[in-house]
Amino acid sequence: MTASLPIEAIHEPLAIPEPIPVREWLPWMVFAGLLMLLGLYFVGAEQGAASLFGGNYVHEFVHDARHLIGFPCH
Amino acid sequence: MTRGYLVRGMLAGVLAGLLALIFAKVFGEPWVGRAIAFESTRNAAAGVPEGHAPVSRTVQSTLGLGVGVLVFGAVIGGLYGLVCAISQGRLGSLRPRGNAMLVAALGFLSLGLVPFLKYPPNPPSVGHADTLDRRTVLYFGIIAAAVALTLGCVVLARWLAARHDSWTSVLVALGAFVVVTALVMIVLPGINEVPGNFPAVTLFRFRLASLGVNLVLWTALGLGFGWLTQRSLTRSSTRRGPTAEASPPVRR
Ligand SMILES: [Zn+2]
Repeated sequence: MTASLPIEAIHEPLAIPEPIPVREWLPWMVFAGLLMLLGLYFVGAEQGAASLFGGNYVHEFVHDARHLIGFPCH
Repeated sequence: MTRGYLVRGMLAGVLAGLLALIFAKVFGEPWVGRAIAFESTRNAAAGVPEGHAPVSRTVQSTLGLGVGVLVFGAVIGGLYGLVCAISQGRLGSLRPRGNAMLVAALGFLSLGLVPFLKYPPNPPSVGHADTLDRRTVLYFGIIAAAVALTLGCVVLARWLAARHDSWTSVLVALGAFVVVTALVMIVLPGINEVPGNFPAVTLFRFRLASLGVNLVLWTALGLGFGWLTQRSLTRSSTRRGPTAEASPPVRR
C-alpha cells in the first residue's frame, strides 16, 4: 500500500497556504464574532451579573457548565 | 475561504466540546455534588429554608451541563476558526496543522490558564451573591487583558523575527508576556471567598477538573481543526493540482 503513494506526498505534504486578505476576513470576524459573543454571554453571564430575560431559568439550566468552565457563578 | 475556516472551527468545537463534556461529567460533577451537599448542610444548620429550584439537580448535571459545554465549544470553536484563518501564512512558515496547534495553545493560555491562575474557578457554595458583579467584571477583565497581551506579543515576535533568528524572537516575546502578565496579576485585586470550613480536597479537585475541562477542549480543538483543515486543503489541491495527472493512479 505504501509503495503506491507518490514520493512527493511524503516529503511535501502540503504547501503553506497563502494568507487570506484582511478585507476578505474582516466582515466574517465582525458579524460571526458578535453572534459568538452573544452565545458566550448566554452560557457565561446571563441572569448572573447581567440579565436580558427575567427570572433565573437560563442561569439555573447552564449552572454546572458555568461552574466547571470557570465562569464566576454563585 | 474564510467561511470554510468558520464552519470547520464550529465543527471541531462541537467535537471538542463533547470530549470536554465527558471529562466534566466524569471528573468534575462528583465534586460539584459534594460542594452542593456542603451548602445544604450549612443552610440547614443556619435554619435557611430550602428554596424552590426551577431546574432539578438531575437536569443541571446532565442536560444543562451538556448544552452549556457544547454551546461553549461551538462558540469558542467558531471564533478560533476565524483567528486561524487570519493567522494562517502570517506566523512563520507553519503549515495548517502547526498553525492550528499554535493558535489553540495561545487560546488556552489567554482564555484558560491566565484567568485560572488569577481568579481560580469556584464550586457552588463558594462566593457571595453580592460580589458577583465585581467578580464577573474582574474575570472578563483579565481575559481581555490576556488576549490583548497575547496579540501584542505575537506582533512583537513577528517584528523581532524579521531582525533576529526565530528562537530569540519567540523566547523574547514569551518572556515579555510572562513579565507583563505577572504585573497585571499583581495590580488586579485578589478574590478569596472560600468559607473557612470548606473541605480543601473538594476545592482542589474541583479546580483541577475545571482546568482539565479547558485543557481537553483546547487540545481537541487544535488537533481536530488541524486535521479537518489539512484534509480539506489536500482535497482541493489534488483536485486542481498539476501533479494529480502526473502521479501514478493510487490503488486501494
Ligand atoms: Zn452557581
